[in-house]
Amino acid sequence: MGDWVTQQLPALLILVPFTAAPFAYLLGAGYDRQTALLSAALTQPLAAFLALTVVQEGPVRYAIGGWGGPLGIELAADGFSATMVLVTSVVGLLVTVYGLRYFGDLERYRFFWPLWLFLWGSLNALFLSADIFNLYVCLELVSMSAVALVGLTLRREALVAAMRYMLAAILGSLFYLLGVALFYGAFGSVDMATLRETVRPDVAGQAGLALMTAGLVLKTALFPLHFWLPPAHSNAASPVSAVLSALVVKGSFFILVRLWIDVAQPEAFPGASVVLGVLGSSAIVWGSVQALRQERLKMLVAYSTVAQIGYLFLLFPLASGGGQAASDAWVGGIFHAVSHALAKSAMFLAAGIVLARFGHDRLEGLGGLSRRAPVTAMAFGLAGVTMMGLPPSGGFIAKWQLIKASIGSGQWWWAVVVVAGGLLAAAYMFRVVGPFFAREAEDLDDSDLDPGPSPVTMDGAALALALGALVLGVAGQPLIDLIMVGAPALVAGVTP
Amino acid sequence: MSWEGAALLMAVVAPFATAVGIFALGEARERARSAVNLIGAAVTVVAVLACATAAWSAEPGRHAAVGIDLLDIGFGLKADMLGALFAVVAGVLWLITTVYATGYMSHASDRARFFGFFSICVGSAIGIALSKNLLTFFVFYETLTLATYPLVVHSGTPAALRGGRTYLMYALPAGGALAAGVVWLNLLAGPVEFAAGGSLDPALAASHPTALVVIFALLMLGLGVKAALFPVHGWLPAAMVAPAPVSSLLHAVAVVKAGVFGIARVVLEVYGPLGPELGVTQLLAALAGFTIIFGSVRALAQDDLKKRLAFSTVAQLSYITLGVALASPIAIAGGLAHLAHHAAMKITMFFTAGAVAEEVKAYRVSEFDGLGRRMPLTMAAFSLAALGIVGVPPVAGFASKWLLGVGAVDAGTWWVIAVLGVSSVLNAAYFFPIIHRAWFREPKAEWAGGPPTGQPEGDLRMVVPLVVTSLLGLAMGLMAGADLSPASWASAVAGWGLPW
Repeated sequence: MGDWVTQQLPALLILVPFTAAPFAYLLGAGYDRQTALLSAALTQPLAAFLALTVVQEGPVRYAIGGWGGPLGIELAADGFSATMVLVTSVVGLLVTVYGLRYFGDLERYRFFWPLWLFLWGSLNALFLSADIFNLYVCLELVSMSAVALVGLTLRREALVAAMRYMLAAILGSLFYLLGVALFYGAFGSVDMATLRETVRPDVAGQAGLALMTAGLVLKTALFPLHFWLPPAHSNAASPVSAVLSALVVKGSFFILVRLWIDVAQPEAFPGASVVLGVLGSSAIVWGSVQALRQERLKMLVAYSTVAQIGYLFLLFPLASGGGQAASDAWVGGIFHAVSHALAKSAMFLAAGIVLARFGHDRLEGLGGLSRRAPVTAMAFGLAGVTMMGLPPSGGFIAKWQLIKASIGSGQWWWAVVVVAGGLLAAAYMFRVVGPFFAREAEDLDDSDLDPGPSPVTMDGAALALALGALVLGVAGQPLIDLIMVGAPALVAGVTP
Repeated sequence: MSWEGAALLMAVVAPFATAVGIFALGEARERARSAVNLIGAAVTVVAVLACATAAWSAEPGRHAAVGIDLLDIGFGLKADMLGALFAVVAGVLWLITTVYATGYMSHASDRARFFGFFSICVGSAIGIALSKNLLTFFVFYETLTLATYPLVVHSGTPAALRGGRTYLMYALPAGGALAAGVVWLNLLAGPVEFAAGGSLDPALAASHPTALVVIFALLMLGLGVKAALFPVHGWLPAAMVAPAPVSSLLHAVAVVKAGVFGIARVVLEVYGPLGPELGVTQLLAALAGFTIIFGSVRALAQDDLKKRLAFSTVAQLSYITLGVALASPIAIAGGLAHLAHHAAMKITMFFTAGAVAEEVKAYRVSEFDGLGRRMPLTMAAFSLAALGIVGVPPVAGFASKWLLGVGAVDAGTWWVIAVLGVSSVLNAAYFFPIIHRAWFREPKAEWAGGPPTGQPEGDLRMVVPLVVTSLLGLAMGLMAGADLSPASWASAVAGWGLPW
């Protein structure tokens, strides 16, 4: 019995949310929230179970209906997949708990629950896909549900942002699909394990990889293709913003890593990984500088996402040389994705509480927040520690690994970027956190909209996510072990 | 787990647990909060004393340790003599400061936030003291950086927010430099543990001299900000906008000495003999010598008492750095003894500044005329501490300065004697006028009759702690030769027996 469940884990992780989604829609008001909570409460332990299985027994492969490739659909979970599924389940569960109170019984938000469950299932499917065509399908499912979620509030700015997001997403998918077609034509397979052996850096290989990368970079909102992200992430309802910034951008990043580190060998495509690293560095600087100039909290947090995405792309140049440095970069990059997911969702959830209570999120009006909403302010501040990369936090472990990889591989300039990026992050975080302690809190009082105190479940969800990001910085070793399970040869490091 | 391991964990966990309890109780439940705070501080004192006992009774090089795995390096705590010295100083003074702070903050707002972050700061300082390796040290060090910020800006006034900003402008880039140095050193030399006599392989000095010098500079930049070394001392006077308990415990003891203590760890227990060989400790000593004179001269010109004390701290911290940087066990003993001696004396003076400000609203030295009549016990404690800082025997400061002087002769660095002499004259020049005003100038009319009849001279929760710390300072000097005095303890750390 136990064995059977273990084998079905990847499929169950996709099936549970996908099954719950239509139920949430059909049952409608009153039961949709319960359905979502039930699905979340089932999916989270499944994800934890999968992570445990992968750590203990190594990577898992699963053929749907018993049909293996090249005909059937296969699912695969190595450490990287299991990590992403796990972080999705943690963020997902807490966002669901938060949403119960945030959306309440409001009729106009009833589409949130089916869409969100659908998005969750699609993300799990994406992280567990074993071939690049399935990845395309999942990418589309993720994008479509994400776009719909942005437009959920039906406010004018949200709809405009959603439309812009949709155009970028469609364009990205199109590029990606063209690349997949080229690969299939040239190498005769879409299965990643097969492609790993057959892919060659010839014209078709290079063009295919370039097309897929372009599409994915657009979807991940890497500078300078980030234009769609700040309006979409800041104008969405706050739980949606949290999911988008924490998880959805990581979906396309996940595929990029699979393609570059696992399938194609970076040294076969010289220069490309450096270009990605330079764009990442530019994103760190540009996103941070823009964050410094924002007047609204959610815009600032959204630009912070633009900056933090930049760190992920340092993985490519740092891992390209192989050896111990590549292994450090692998852990650092994925650890960053995880801790950013936790901290950034905490920030958006906290911003959502501020918006709900005070009716606005103008920075100049947030004076004295640590007195008016102490737990909310604490959650935001603690998440900021991870964002700055200061210890003890997951962000620190990530940056530590990235700096180590930079110096270890002789590319010290990336270390300068990492340290400078941390200081820039501190500058924009303290722009927000500093005034929390101000005594003049009149700005907050001018609004009648303070039903305060903040709801316990909402505060609790934000604080739990922020604390999770901190705990990673102290007790992150199990996660590091998980990330290294079945790591691609390039980054598997030298085992002593 | 052995009792030593439990004590180590408890010493670090207790303050953090106290913080969680305080935050959870919130602003309204004041009595419960104070109780949690005092119990937490008392447990911490017991734990750090147990750590000190463990360190004292351990065989050389075999310290009790606990830890968890992370990043091939691991987080770990250990109970060694050097760490126990700082941990005991921070833990004991925290208990005293908690009593003082409940008096000082009795009319303030946001006390839950204040005491919560205060506990986190102390927990970080004790973590710094008991860290087993450079990574653990760094983690606690940066936690301290962040946890101090809410305390600096506590009053929430524009001036406080400005002070906080200045503090961050120094502390955060320093953290970046420290991070780079720590990572680089770990890559070059493997996991950097603290070990008496230095943990770096001597062969590295031949193979990577430039890298080692650059790493040393990065580490000193990172640690020097908290140690208030010239030219990165500027945040300390600006941070004096913080409430008095913060200035007393954090900006005279826990935070600033975390920097100095880090310098001691790096110079003595990481670089060891490589420091003089590469020529970096000589430079550090010169910088510390300059900072001593510079801080003292700047202190002369301050009328605001807390600012004067802050510049005095800048100078006094460099005594410790100087002692550590001189290649003589006697000087090292003097510097490390000063870590405890200065703590007791300077905390007394900041306590006084706060008590005087609360009781008679006097903030400037020029307002102190005849204050000895109004607050005799308070000013007596202050005067005793001031004499100690100047180096008048038998108060504690004399013992450390004397050891430093002997150490300088031992190391053959005669210029240090000149620095010590000039500095003592300057110390006298900025402290004696305060003593003179308090006791020998004609008091204001309302002070002439002494304290209000039938009432103590101030809130006893403030007066008693400052008298206790001043007596501690006196005792440390009087009994410098006793087995467990800070001076003997520091000598044992430095591997040198006291000559008396």
